[in-house]
Amino acid sequence: MTQTRAEIAPILARTRRAPKEVLQDLLPKIVLAPSFALILVFVYGFIVFTGFLSFSGSKLLPDFSTWVGFDNYVRLFKHPNWIVSLKNLAIFSVLYIVICSVIGLALAIFLDQKIRGEGLLRPIYLYPMALSFIVTGVAWKWFLDPGIGLEHAMHQLGWASFSFRWIKQGDMAIYTIVIAAIWQSSGFVMAMFLAGLRGVDNEIIKAAQIDGASTVMIYRRIIIPLMRPVFLSAFVVLAHLAIKSYDLVVAMTDGGPGTATWTPALFMTKFTFGRNEMGMGAASAIIMLMMIFAIIVPYLYSELGQKK
Amino acid sequence: MLRKLLIGTMLAGGLVAGYSATTYAAGGSVEVLHWWTSGGEAAALDVLKKKLESQGITWKDMPVAGGGGEQAMTTLRARVTAGDPPTAVQALGYDITDWAKQGVVGDLSDVANKEGWDKVIPGALQNFAKYDGKWIAAPVNVHSTNWLWINKKDLDAAGGKAPESWDELIAVLDKMKANGIIPIVGGGNAWNAATMFDSVVLSLGTDFYKASMVDLDPAALSGDKMVEAFTRLSKLRSYVDDNFSGREWNLDSAMVIEGKAGMQIMGDWAKGEFVHAKKKPGEDFVCIRFPGTQGAVTFNSDMFMMFKVGEDKKAAQLQMASDIMSPDFQSSFNVVKGSVPARTDVPDTAFDACGKKGIKDLAEANEKGTLFGSMSQGYASPAAIKNAMYDVITREYNGDIDPKEAAKELAAAVAAAKG
Repeated sequence: MTQTRAEIAPILARTRRAPKEVLQDLLPKIVLAPSFALILVFVYGFIVFTGFLSFSGSKLLPDFSTWVGFDNYVRLFKHPNWIVSLKNLAIFSVLYIVICSVIGLALAIFLDQKIRGEGLLRPIYLYPMALSFIVTGVAWKWFLDPGIGLEHAMHQLGWASFSFRWIKQGDMAIYTIVIAAIWQSSGFVMAMFLAGLRGVDNEIIKAAQIDGASTVMIYRRIIIPLMRPVFLSAFVVLAHLAIKSYDLVVAMTDGGPGTATWTPALFMTKFTFGRNEMGMGAASAIIMLMMIFAIIVPYLYSELGQKK
Repeated sequence: MLRKLLIGTMLAGGLVAGYSATTYAAGGSVEVLHWWTSGGEAAALDVLKKKLESQGITWKDMPVAGGGGEQAMTTLRARVTAGDPPTAVQALGYDITDWAKQGVVGDLSDVANKEGWDKVIPGALQNFAKYDGKWIAAPVNVHSTNWLWINKKDLDAAGGKAPESWDELIAVLDKMKANGIIPIVGGGNAWNAATMFDSVVLSLGTDFYKASMVDLDPAALSGDKMVEAFTRLSKLRSYVDDNFSGREWNLDSAMVIEGKAGMQIMGDWAKGEFVHAKKKPGEDFVCIRFPGTQGAVTFNSDMFMMFKVGEDKKAAQLQMASDIMSPDFQSSFNVVKGSVPARTDVPDTAFDACGKKGIKDLAEANEKGTLFGSMSQGYASPAAIKNAMYDVITREYNGDIDPKEAAKELAAAVAAAKG
């Protein structure tokens, strides 16, 4: 089979490549290069910098003249405040992730029932996400303060025996932070799940209905299992928010009462900038980074693996 | 035209130079990093700004808000790391020593020796304002923490006699409780509880304060007297309302001003709140040393730490240091700020009753050797140790650990923070 000259002309032209086409090929790389360079330096460069800091004897300023090996890490894990921070992180992240997911899923399923006014309800639930954690924290701090908030209001309404003073109690204060965080994030999780629900193929649901499956059964056996990737995304987003939790704690309790609501991020800031213990602060930052890697890396791996 | 302009500039410069007797600079500028942004504090700082401007020095303001200056110190780190430090930085206690160790601070010895700072500034302050024999900072004021602020009406209702010993204090607190008010407020955060602890430890003896808080003697930190100190702190806590956690010191003061609460242990910056609310010392409120601490003073002092700057800025820097230490500035600034002058030869005529008492107590403590750095304000130990103590004190105050455990943990925490 022979090709006519007219047929192979475009192929020849492509191999010669016009300057415009070369530019077109390079353009994405040129556009990406500055941001790539910036990320390389300001994200990964500083991660390496922090790594070095955590092995140095830095106190007030970075100091690379004294090396202390794993000393900072040893002191870190011996420090009672770090242990409290880790415990709080465990309580906070488990409750936050589980409850947020449950509430988010429930809201999404209810909104998915083709109810009237969905256009109005959806933004109402989503709106807290538009606030910063600082605003949420201050509002909840006042709301939960027994002297001016909920308890005070109930007393004024005549319910004198009402008592809700968790935010002032060392053993319960961390749960008030969980409450505020859930209030903030559930709407966002709802939006994620709602998008997932809308993505489920209607044909499958109709087939199930014809087979006589109840609505509950359809959700439990078909829709929710199909939403596995959405659960994974929600988990990753919530988990890294939990590990980074700082602003909400600062606004609500600033670590108090006592040291009851310290979190790793709070520990890092206080030690690095308040206590002139830059080496220990860097060590705690590296531990937090490792926690986040432990969540993100398997996630990326599974996501990229699926595409192959 | 150009010549006229030049002549005019020279004339103006000459006028400014001739204005002040001890003028180091005509023109130039100082860049000042500080956290005095609230009403009274900003007004006090304005006194210095005006004085410098009258000498032809431009004031570049660099305020970084935030109570204890943590944010300001973070900004300072960035500036110093970038090799461009401000001229002067408001700083506290061991922070100054820590910065001096980094070799980035300036040298004020020229002006200090000429004006004889050595003779008029209390020795305990010099330990911070000097490093390695060189003057590096100019102290603006002296605050002290072992004060008790009592609402006069509430005190009258509880017998009217200001307590002079621990037992008398407890008796007054009991009476106030019986009268249906909150007897005492404070301890809303770690810093606040530590400020109360200063006074409590000092009330158990000046030697004990020095051994435990300044010398960090492990035996004193974990001993029976420390257990007693924590027991007293808890005793005070038992008279505080349940809603104290997270409440700032100025809200505590407001409660005392309104008479809802009887008294407050706080440094003399609290006086600003009382004066601001148009209350008069002696008539509306009473200021006394914490019972059992009369004659001793736990101080902290705001200082302007001077950084190494180029030769072009050096003259303005020295002029600023000289202005800060001038007796008339020390008087006018401290009347506004509520503290007492950092030099002992300033007349007390412009001060109110509490200010006069503060000046007298400071001079007395300086002579007797009972003037100590305040632990809670970072004048007794470096930041790492201070905060390690904060952790234990606030946990004990909030009832997480008992006094015996607290004394043991205090010694352990200090040992760990030293390493």
